[in-house]
Amino acid sequence: MTKLAMPKIDRKLVSKKVEIVANLKKIVKAENVLDHEDQIRPFETDALSAYKQKPLLVVFPENTEEVSKILAYCNKEKIKVVPRGAGTGLSGGALPLADGLLLCLTKFNKIINIDYKNRCVVAQPGVTNLSITQAVEDRNFYYAPDPSSQIACSIGGNVAENSGGVHSLKYGTTTNNILGVEVVFMDGTISRLGGKTYDSEGYDLLGLITGSEGLLCVITEVTVKILKKPQAVKAALIGFPTIEDGGKCVSEIIASGIIPSGMEMMDKALIHATDDFVKAGYPRNAESMLIVELDGTEEEVEELIEKVSKIAGRNKSSSIKISKNEKQRLKFWAGRKAAFPACGDMAPDYYCMDGTIPRAKLAEVLKEIGRLSKKYNLPVANAFHAGDGNLHPLIMYDANEKNSLEKTEKFGADILKYCVKVGGVLTGEHGVGVEKRELMCEMFNNNDIQQQIKIKKALDASSLLNPGKVYPILRKCAEEGRVHVYTGKTKFPGIPRF
Amino acid sequence: MSIQEKQNFQAYQDSDSIKYPKNEKEVSSYIKKFYKSNITVELIGSGSKKKIGKPLQCGATLNLSKLNGIIEYLPEELYIKVKANTPMKQIEEELKKNKQQLAFEPIDFGYLLNGKSDCGTAAGQVSCNISGPRRFKVGSVRDHVLGFRGVNGKGEIIKSGGVVVKNVTGYDLSKLICGSYGTLVALTEITFKVLPAPEGSNTLIIHNQKIEKAVDFLDKAISSSNDVSGAIFLPKEPEAPGCVMNIEKTFKLNDLKHEGSLTAIRVEGSKNSINQRIKNLKSELKIINFNVSILESHQSEIFWNKVKNLEFFSFSKNSILRIVIPPSECVKIVYLFSNKYKYYLDWGGALIWIEAFELSEEMFESIRKKVVKVGGYVTMIKNSDYLPYVEEVFTINRDRFNISQNIKKSFDPKRILNPGKMHTGI
Repeated sequence: MTKLAMPKIDRKLVSKKVEIVANLKKIVKAENVLDHEDQIRPFETDALSAYKQKPLLVVFPENTEEVSKILAYCNKEKIKVVPRGAGTGLSGGALPLADGLLLCLTKFNKIINIDYKNRCVVAQPGVTNLSITQAVEDRNFYYAPDPSSQIACSIGGNVAENSGGVHSLKYGTTTNNILGVEVVFMDGTISRLGGKTYDSEGYDLLGLITGSEGLLCVITEVTVKILKKPQAVKAALIGFPTIEDGGKCVSEIIASGIIPSGMEMMDKALIHATDDFVKAGYPRNAESMLIVELDGTEEEVEELIEKVSKIAGRNKSSSIKISKNEKQRLKFWAGRKAAFPACGDMAPDYYCMDGTIPRAKLAEVLKEIGRLSKKYNLPVANAFHAGDGNLHPLIMYDANEKNSLEKTEKFGADILKYCVKVGGVLTGEHGVGVEKRELMCEMFNNNDIQQQIKIKKALDASSLLNPGKVYPILRKCAEEGRVHVYTGKTKFPGIPRF
Repeated sequence: MSIQEKQNFQAYQDSDSIKYPKNEKEVSSYIKKFYKSNITVELIGSGSKKKIGKPLQCGATLNLSKLNGIIEYLPEELYIKVKANTPMKQIEEELKKNKQQLAFEPIDFGYLLNGKSDCGTAAGQVSCNISGPRRFKVGSVRDHVLGFRGVNGKGEIIKSGGVVVKNVTGYDLSKLICGSYGTLVALTEITFKVLPAPEGSNTLIIHNQKIEKAVDFLDKAISSSNDVSGAIFLPKEPEAPGCVMNIEKTFKLNDLKHEGSLTAIRVEGSKNSINQRIKNLKSELKIINFNVSILESHQSEIFWNKVKNLEFFSFSKNSILRIVIPPSECVKIVYLFSNKYKYYLDWGGALIWIEAFELSEEMFESIRKKVVKVGGYVTMIKNSDYLPYVEEVFTINRDRFNISQNIKKSFDPKRILNPGKMHTGI
């Protein structure tokens, strides 16, 4: 495990554990406070499993009032609190603190209200992303953001991380698809931000807390927008002789006025890895491959497929396959969705990055990744949400080799720095958490970061809510880790990942 | 003219107190000076929406109109980066050259507030965060701001966001800036997400429906898979005393009959797709035998432009209110005032615009109380001679006020930027 600097442990507070447990048991049911070492071990990490830390104790509130009382108590006693949803986050946002309470919202697992008249669903934060869609799909509605871990990740976590998915170019990320939240601030104040209306007046506090990684408040209820499913969806699988051709095709599709519902790109290494893994029928001789998904009315989709095929042809595509039915469309996606486990098959360990770049810089960035791959002598496979510019290089390594993890981390940091250099950002959807914390200085200067920290202090004066995340705590920006899958063990191996 | 009004009058102010910074650095050094000497400052772009919000009385004025011009426009990357006070008209014309647009449909408030077209600047659009008829489909201004640069109340230059749509690096301050009416930062640079403009649009109009039936049509249309991008109801105009909103006069279109109320539904896209969707809508709404009109692309565009720009209200001297509610509550709310005032419904019933003759502050607050009760909010967009000032232009509750005050302090600790523009104390 790489060493990670965290806020200084308050030993005095740790020594008062028995008293704290007794007080918390006055707020929640006794069985909802876990304090024995064996009970709390399962909570020592989230899906960024390279970092582990047992919390002081774990609490499971059952309603908003309990959350409010817990936070008010912790605020008074200066106890740090780390909120946690399903624990599927990839950036260590829910990594516990040795002197902090881990506030688990898994008991908030009910859908409160399905409101078709206002086209929204009100859900508790522990409800999984997918179950919202499942609750409304009998009437052909769905919730648009679909992070790959949607069978397990919670909607509260989605709001905290502003989760994306493969359809965010056309349908936006979480922030564009929620109408309101109920939250509890660190002093115990319960607030409703937004509701069932479009926008709200005054400062857009809903927008501010979306993607705030559990640093500003605890989410206790979410109201999401639901959409009617499109009449038709089709996907095209297009192979290219070079990465550049694939990249140009992406740019031309967008420039021609088409907004695909999803547009994914893979390089040769990943085409082979995933095709071996799920036999998706990918073009194995291609250097790069695109999955372009189009939705709308039947005629519209036919029209768009034809346009995309023509554009692909102009950009020297070596093969093109159009999904004939839903089964085939899902098959096209199956390989892409298996990118993580497929890499797991190729190397003992892999490490996933999450930068976003302007689409046109793809070929340049991939070239640089290739150069770095040689420099560090580590193989890499690239998956790219080409539609929205979100790049996920998967670096393969063997943690048993001496210094290989450090080398991999350096490689990863170099990639992210390059993403920022070409006009992109450090993280598109995984969040900053602990892992990209020290890289924030690559993107922001001191003024920018201080402004954000002031906002944090405005809502959490003593910095007790999820401290040590998002903002650099080392004096100097150092190179630290990104998404690790350590010694071949993914935290949730069954969940698809991008 | 009262002393207070005189003091508000631009010419009355000492001309030395109006500054015209040429760039971000100058904005920063002015604000640093104001911060040091505790001088409050009013931020002005083109002034097109100056009348929205509470009147300001500041020690100085920063006219930011010199910060204009397009910095970078990359059509294939779907973004445009502009200096904050670039005129919206210039941005929209530039995008049009590449068949692109700002999908939130920037509203030209000029007709309503000054009697003639004036779309204002990018910073003005962002600061007000009021979006056009397409809102329910594509989101509002705040969903189209990818990043910004600006100067906070201490004179520090800050930035947030970037040029890409998928970005979770740090807090999303772009959202916070949208709708902040210049109370947090003086904007210097804005990056908008742009999208392809649709090839064309058609509007399906169902004539002479009562509000209940009309709202039902709008709901069914938006809840269908026909990708509807506009849904309004223009009622048969009641004999409301003193109101000028005139639907017939506003919409003089060849293919538009005026037989009672209009329920209008817009679809946009390629010709084939539009035709198919209009056909679907007619059958799904079961209106085959109803009295309907179809506006083809050109007329449809004119129709929605007039709706978007609130041209009905061009000559009104009355109070203009904007009510946003959950769409399911709209009929109930309309019945509160429908025999007194004129109104129309946008966003499929989630937005009500009202023209109110001789509206008293008590009546305004009583409407607000009822709207808040159903989970909505009311804004006084334009004051009248009858009611030239209201205590609370915007709707806020105690909780949100407290949080907002803290947020304000974090950007502007001495409260010098547009103080009181939104609420007394913020």
